[in-house]
Amino acid sequence: MNTAGDLLHVVTADNISYQRRRFGKLIVWGSAALMFFVAGLQTADQNGWIDLEFETWRPTLYAYIFWGICLCTGQVIARGEHGKRTLFVLPAALFVVSMVVFPLLFGLIIAFSDWNLASPDGRQFNGWNNIQQMWADPFYWNAMRNMVWYSLAIIVEYAFAFVLALLLNAQIKGRKFFRVAFLLPLMLSPVAVSWMIGKSMLENRFGPIARMLREMGVDNPSFFSSPEIARLMIMLMDAWTYIPFMMIMILAGLQAIPKELHEAAEVDGASAWTRFWEVTFPLMLPVSITAILIRIIFKLKLADIIINVTSGGPGGATDSVTSFIFREYRDRSNVGYGTMLAMFYLVVIVIAMTILIKGADRWMRPRY
Amino acid sequence: MSDQIFHDSNADRAFKAKRFTGRAVIYGILILWAFIALFPIYWTITTSFKMAPDVMKGNIVPYWDYNPRWLGWRSLGLSPDTIGNESTVRAEFLKRFWNSVVIAVSASVIAVGLGSCAAYGLSRFNYKFGFMRNSDISFFFLSQLILPPVVLALPFLVLYKALAMLDTRIGLILLYTLTVLPIVIWIMRDQFSSIPSELEEAALVDGLSIWGAFLTIILPIALPGMVAAFILSLVLTWNEYFFAALLTSSDAKTLPVMVASQTGSQGISWWSMAALSFAAILPLIVIGIALERFIIKGMAAGAVK
Repeated sequence: MNTAGDLLHVVTADNISYQRRRFGKLIVWGSAALMFFVAGLQTADQNGWIDLEFETWRPTLYAYIFWGICLCTGQVIARGEHGKRTLFVLPAALFVVSMVVFPLLFGLIIAFSDWNLASPDGRQFNGWNNIQQMWADPFYWNAMRNMVWYSLAIIVEYAFAFVLALLLNAQIKGRKFFRVAFLLPLMLSPVAVSWMIGKSMLENRFGPIARMLREMGVDNPSFFSSPEIARLMIMLMDAWTYIPFMMIMILAGLQAIPKELHEAAEVDGASAWTRFWEVTFPLMLPVSITAILIRIIFKLKLADIIINVTSGGPGGATDSVTSFIFREYRDRSNVGYGTMLAMFYLVVIVIAMTILIKGADRWMRPRY
Repeated sequence: MSDQIFHDSNADRAFKAKRFTGRAVIYGILILWAFIALFPIYWTITTSFKMAPDVMKGNIVPYWDYNPRWLGWRSLGLSPDTIGNESTVRAEFLKRFWNSVVIAVSASVIAVGLGSCAAYGLSRFNYKFGFMRNSDISFFFLSQLILPPVVLALPFLVLYKALAMLDTRIGLILLYTLTVLPIVIWIMRDQFSSIPSELEEAALVDGLSIWGAFLTIILPIALPGMVAAFILSLVLTWNEYFFAALLTSSDAKTLPVMVASQTGSQGISWWSMAALSFAAILPLIVIGIALERFIIKGMAAGAVK
């Protein structure tokens, strides 16, 4: 992104009168004051200091939305053309801030409290108890370890995706058919996939894969009873859905490589393998790293298939962090502890991703 | 025909054979993978027409080793003989289907609207919100991609409860908009930076305002990118399960939640599960086949710089 100078130079003859500027500021601050007033009233009502009989926190929400609208119009009124430019980004920024930053701050409060939605006591601060509980929770650390395994599987997915992209990029007939066919798994919802593959095709007695294995001489094929195989099956199902994603990114990269490079290498007598290893692969590194990083981000959210196929079993062997927290809430309504687990997961992810991105960056552009 | 004058030398013949095996391997792998990708879909379609004995015997090819019946579709109320009758299952299915349509389409529309404006602003103007400059603002938007949904899920559960927004469509729409917004901004930023800013300059000289130039000149040019972003958002929001499972219970339940809740309860009645699964993925298969171009365009954006 550019940071130096306007890309689009606009000279405006804005003559904003003092009154207009003051009016713009007035509606922003006025609506903000209104919002704080409503929020204050509701807090007082909630704590029982005054009795206003509010059913929900909706009034505060409406006051907040009103403030947002006033902030946007106030920009235009007080700052003219500049305000209109701000209007491009402001709504999206306001939306993301209110949908992410507030819940995260609120989540921090929840994370340090003992809060079971099913119990009548309500929320109680319990300091570091949740962290201590987390530290001693073998299932949580097991889920974390599983996430490492699941993430490592991306390397294999990447190899498959690369081969498929190379083939699609070769001179073949019916490329459109193959492209659509390869893309389709990505379009299917993970929930449907977990029934289609996990529950029916991998069924022990009547599923086609079990049948095929029995034909090949495996005695009692079962896919979700031993931890290793169950984990492998989850990996395979997830790979089946997401290989097309990496494949398409790599294919886009391959198509951007100029043909002349290959022709030059061929004239110089490089074999097909050398051409790939010395020309194509190094040129594809930036795209590969982007694809892998995005894939890791998606992999860290992995949950739907696990929840629907194994619900973490056998014995938590297939649990991802997300599915573990989902069940923690589902089974025990334990909001406080679940949020603490999620927050810790977020911290780990942010640290790991920062290291990965910085490392990839350093590796791609070494500083001598 | 006269005698051939030029003959391939022996070395050339070996080359031909090698080339032929090379082609065979390529097509072999392609067909194998196409089979892997398509078989589960084929299996689901055919299973929805099977009866219990067919499932037990593992018959796979219709008309060849079993007679297709409308069993699965009858249990959904969507077979030819039940389509005219009242059916509670069908009503339920259609309600969930409609919920999914409303939620996915409105979340995608809002995300594309907000995201396009933000991406355009960031690609054309210099901003300074406090300490944040353009690159910081872009990073702020894109970094939302890393945020795992589970972090937001429980706080939102509690917040929505306080706001009486649990189990409402609007609640899900807002959350889904948030999850696809970074992807939309990613795609649209790429799209706008490929449009020369001389276009707006000309439009501004001709007397259009900034927003006028954006709406009448730039948006039509950026339409393919917007369609790509919209379709990608549609796919992601249609398939979303995690938030829907946590935040809805009866009114706003979406199709994936319905499919998931059926998996446990029905045991071995595969035909109806297959029919339900297939009905849930059918819209996306249609979109995937018809609009494949846009999906690929959307995902390739940003991969190549």
